Amino acid sequence: MRSTRAAAVGAATLSLALAVSACGGGTSTGGGSDASPKTLTYWASNQGASIAVDKQVLQPELEKFQRQTGIKVKLEVVPWSDLLNRILTAATSGQGPDVLNIGNTWSASLQATGALLPWDAKNFARIGGKDRFAASALASTGAPGKDPAAVPLYSMAYALYYNKKIFADAGLTRPPATWAELVADGRKIRQRGKQALGAEGSNPSENIHHVFVLAKQHGADFFTPDGRPDFTNDGAVAAVKQYVDLMAKDKVVPPGNAEYAQNQSVSDFAKGRTAMLLWQSAAANLKSQGMKESDYGVAPVPVQSGSPGTGTQVNSMAAGINIAVFKNTHNLDGATRFVKFMTGDAEQKILNKAYSSIPPVTSAQSDPAFAAPATAVLRDTLARSAAALPQVVDESQFETAVGTAVKELFADAAAGRAVTTASVKARLQKAQQQMPAK
Amino acid sequence: MTTTVETGKSAVSHSSPGAAAPGPRRTGRLRRGSLPYLLLLPALALELLVHLVPMVIGITMSFKELTQFYLRDWGAAPWSGIGNYRVSVDFDAPVGRALLHSFLVTCGFTVLSVGLCWLIGTAAAICMQDAFRGRGLLRALFLVPYALPVYAAVITWVFMFQHDNGLVNHVLHDQLHLTGKPSFWLIGDNSFVALLVVSVWKGWPFAFLIVMAGLQTIPRELYEAAALDGAGVWQQIRRITLPSLRSVNQVLVLVLFLWTFNDFNTPYVMFGKAAPEAADLISVHIYQASFVTWNFGTGSAMSVLLLLFLLVVTGVYLALTSRGRRAADA
Repeated sequence: MRSTRAAAVGAATLSLALAVSACGGGTSTGGGSDASPKTLTYWASNQGASIAVDKQVLQPELEKFQRQTGIKVKLEVVPWSDLLNRILTAATSGQGPDVLNIGNTWSASLQATGALLPWDAKNFARIGGKDRFAASALASTGAPGKDPAAVPLYSMAYALYYNKKIFADAGLTRPPATWAELVADGRKIRQRGKQALGAEGSNPSENIHHVFVLAKQHGADFFTPDGRPDFTNDGAVAAVKQYVDLMAKDKVVPPGNAEYAQNQSVSDFAKGRTAMLLWQSAAANLKSQGMKESDYGVAPVPVQSGSPGTGTQVNSMAAGINIAVFKNTHNLDGATRFVKFMTGDAEQKILNKAYSSIPPVTSAQSDPAFAAPATAVLRDTLARSAAALPQVVDESQFETAVGTAVKELFADAAAGRAVTTASVKARLQKAQQQMPAK
Repeated sequence: MTTTVETGKSAVSHSSPGAAAPGPRRTGRLRRGSLPYLLLLPALALELLVHLVPMVIGITMSFKELTQFYLRDWGAAPWSGIGNYRVSVDFDAPVGRALLHSFLVTCGFTVLSVGLCWLIGTAAAICMQDAFRGRGLLRALFLVPYALPVYAAVITWVFMFQHDNGLVNHVLHDQLHLTGKPSFWLIGDNSFVALLVVSVWKGWPFAFLIVMAGLQTIPRELYEAAALDGAGVWQQIRRITLPSLRSVNQVLVLVLFLWTFNDFNTPYVMFGKAAPEAADLISVHIYQASFVTWNFGTGSAMSVLLLLFLLVVTGVYLALTSRGRRAADA
């Protein structure tokens, strides 16, 4: 009898508890508070060779922060494949980290969701002012004319990595400076039985980074100045065709690379199978795959003619990672202090060295470590010839739509189908139709 | 929750007016009477929580203009009426056309996959019906694909399908010289074949398992009698085995159809977020429509349409097959 009653009470209580907990979710939609001043949650993007490497790099720094402020930071390193979806989910539910890393190209898209704390003059003052950051890095923190949605943390640029031995064997004395030279050098390398240039044909984001730069070199853009998609203008079509032609017509990119999406092209380069690689801040990655720094050289990404600069001489996107504060944070003060800590000179030097990136904080750039030849190329590219990807709210849709179009064109090229101006234009037309209606 | 308990109690007490038992014993019986319902409550609450609430939210979302601008406070997203549905089924516009293409690809894929799964599964089950040495081992071996974790299994297939150093090209091209040059399996038109192979490989053991169980219920005497009458193996299969498996097959094909049509894991692990056109299955397509364009309203509308389609197909299928069976039984 007693057990029956106990079971009844238990069942009723459990049902009640379930009902209550179901209603409990998603109630915190406030605008940030200081409810829990002693802890912070931090979502870091995966910058090192693996998530374990990132934890090794970041954990000592977080402990340093705890010693200085008494605030304990709970770290989670989120892989790139999950990061954007995790942020979207956090934005929807209001349950997320206090501080997080975002790819700098997502800034305007995420800014539009209203989930991130805007960095107005007052907030910037709390971390030492806007002037501490390089202008090129600040250009990728949100839509123009609005308060930035994030603060630059690491800056990266594309460079041409080349295998010194393969170049010497092919009788080449210096890396190519123009695309025509790259194609000619690639032919010589192929005659020696090596692959010339690696590419990640099935990775939409990588494709975008390259065709964006090539479009700049053709004097074109994928968006009109007022932010409307304009994928089929002549310059954009020529840019996409030039990139896919590296495989289709010039044969410097091997067909197998059309299905690469998991950084296989970096492995190929590290293992000495490919002579050249266009990649952003690859040093740490190559080192972790066992390639010695003396085995490869670093040169600026080729241009159509002349030397890198602004306008049509752009040869890299202004790549990088921004750090943002989640608007629903329970520790606004602590979050701001953490951003100040991470963008301080000392941490900027330590972290950017570990990730072979460039500090977006100008006062930290003077460290001799960033003047080594390999890093100097990246630093100079960022300073002189890098351009920010379009800071429009539809940026992430653009990456997927056009990046996928390039992927399909690579698939055509790999299958031996002709890649023509008309076929490129048709794919881009389709990509443009997929963009959200305005 | 308390209200339900009270109602349950009084309902039982009214329903047993004839009971002349004294007070304490009566309440004891009442408690026992309502106990099953009480014990069901947690399951009911969980069912509501896990199944119905998300479904209702999903359906609500499909009537809203839920884009990135309203993500943070999606209750405030404006109502769009049937706008999302209109976009989804407007086959003259790119979004609707892409959805239709994806739907047709999925239909073709499902028919082929379910057909092959059933055929291979049934054939294997019939072959395994007679006892022979090593039958247990083979049966266990056949079930391995079904028991493996989907992600691990599919990622292994991805490695095998790689262009440069995959096993498939090594065998087909390097050893058997069947193809003029190594084929691409993960991009382009061949991706449909690759997807089908993985899906059938993953799905047929289930058909095998179910048909094998169904075969155990067919009396041996039927076969013996048929053999005496001079029926060959094919005739036995056609006249005894298949008709006896009718009810098993009815459920099996339906379940395989629903699983295959809805399968998300296989295409997503194989192709990632941007599936090739030839293998653009509807579940990944809808995922793309919502997460890539950040338009969760349209994505939800497409999901509701998919749900309706599957409901209709299931209903019609069950009605047709049940009527057929009743007619056959009568």
